[in-house]
Amino acid sequence: MAEIKTPQEQITYANMLYYGNIAGLALMLLTFVLYVAGILDPHVPLEKLLHLWSGNAATYLHEGNVPHGWGWTSLLGTGDFINFIGIALLAGMTILAYIPLVPAFLKKGETVMTFIALAEVLVLIFAASGIVGGGAH
Amino acid sequence: MATMSLRDKKKGVLLALLLAVSVACMLAFLPHETLAQAEAGAQSATPWWVWPIALVVFSFVLGVIAVLAGVGGGVLFVPLVSGFFPFHLDFVRGTGLMVALAGALAAGPGLLRRNLASLRLALPVALIASSCSIIGAFMGLALPTNVVQLCLGGTIMFIAVLLLTSKNVTKPHVEKQDWLGAALGMSGVYHDASTGENIEWKTHRTLQGLLLFIVIGIMAGMFGLGAGWANVPVLNLLMGAPLKIAVGTSKFLLSITDTSAAWVYLNQGCVIPLITIPSIIGLMCGSFVGVNLLAKAKPKFIRYMVIGVLLFAGGKALMKGLGI
Repeated sequence: MAEIKTPQEQITYANMLYYGNIAGLALMLLTFVLYVAGILDPHVPLEKLLHLWSGNAATYLHEGNVPHGWGWTSLLGTGDFINFIGIALLAGMTILAYIPLVPAFLKKGETVMTFIALAEVLVLIFAASGIVGGGAH
Repeated sequence: MATMSLRDKKKGVLLALLLAVSVACMLAFLPHETLAQAEAGAQSATPWWVWPIALVVFSFVLGVIAVLAGVGGGVLFVPLVSGFFPFHLDFVRGTGLMVALAGALAAGPGLLRRNLASLRLALPVALIASSCSIIGAFMGLALPTNVVQLCLGGTIMFIAVLLLTSKNVTKPHVEKQDWLGAALGMSGVYHDASTGENIEWKTHRTLQGLLLFIVIGIMAGMFGLGAGWANVPVLNLLMGAPLKIAVGTSKFLLSITDTSAAWVYLNQGCVIPLITIPSIIGLMCGSFVGVNLLAKAKPKFIRYMVIGVLLFAGGKALMKGLGI
């Protein structure tokens, strides 16, 4: 029986996803401990959060004085927003894993797949950029 | 052997009953908290640390049940947590997407390495679904909450009926690959460890399948559900991918579709770490335990239980949407 060979670009993608996922989860756990143990003070006090999470996102942003988009990067010294490092890594792994697919397909002369991979990178970067926003009611 | 089998069956029934009782107890307990908070409209007497613990436990049970019933975590998480916890639907959907994303990222590498997820099948589908999930996410955030609740309720009830009626095919017969499937290279071969065979596969009705992923993407983004419940039937029954490839590719596909929608929710402030992180931890631990219990459990009973829970949760979301 002929041995089935997994395409190299698929292996590369899988490896990036694997290590990125482990790093993201580990970071998330670590920063969450810093948060709930009170080692870092939160930007939104926990007692206030109990009120705010019953209201919608717009109210949370306004009353919690929480920045939208990538504004959280300016609050990385706080217990709640330091958690976004791990969350953003998890949410960003697919974008990072897609990038090597573009040259890999290009090298194989697969124009359609190169275009699809490139288009996907652009779509995901667009979503992550926060360029379009303000829809939260 | 017979004694062992009987013992395993008893354990399975016991486990199923235990899970059913756990869910029933939590559902019975949580509404009081939620209603009490809503009525008071003031600071809850419940200390903050109760909520992450409750979420870990709740998500853990959901994770076990989701694996045993063969559904994604997001599809159970969003209707149940929005129905029985005091969090606004915006935050539940944001967390639902992160939960589905974390599960898909954890499963993806293994599936890709063993060729049980096909990059060639996933890439074109993912481009459509992820683009549309951005649109869905913005629609979900722009629409009034009661309208989203109504649509969510209807969708959850539809999923329950789909789970009850759909009969996936292990190896669909594809006579001839269509031009689009051929142009996109949607074919491959995988090793089926259960039969020891190498199985070649190809797709047909590719255009119809791709068009359906527009709807699937919008729904995934709008409700934060993940979309395995819709991916698998479309890939398997419509496009003719073998069931193992359809399930593996669907799980992997979620990591791409949910990424785009998750970023929209993240940028709109719909991800609160105190809700999201305990949910991810609970669901991942539950999925791990669920996989280990899979051999002992009675999947049919649990599947019917999940269908019942989905109908209940869907009905509750509908009533919330109608203001009843």
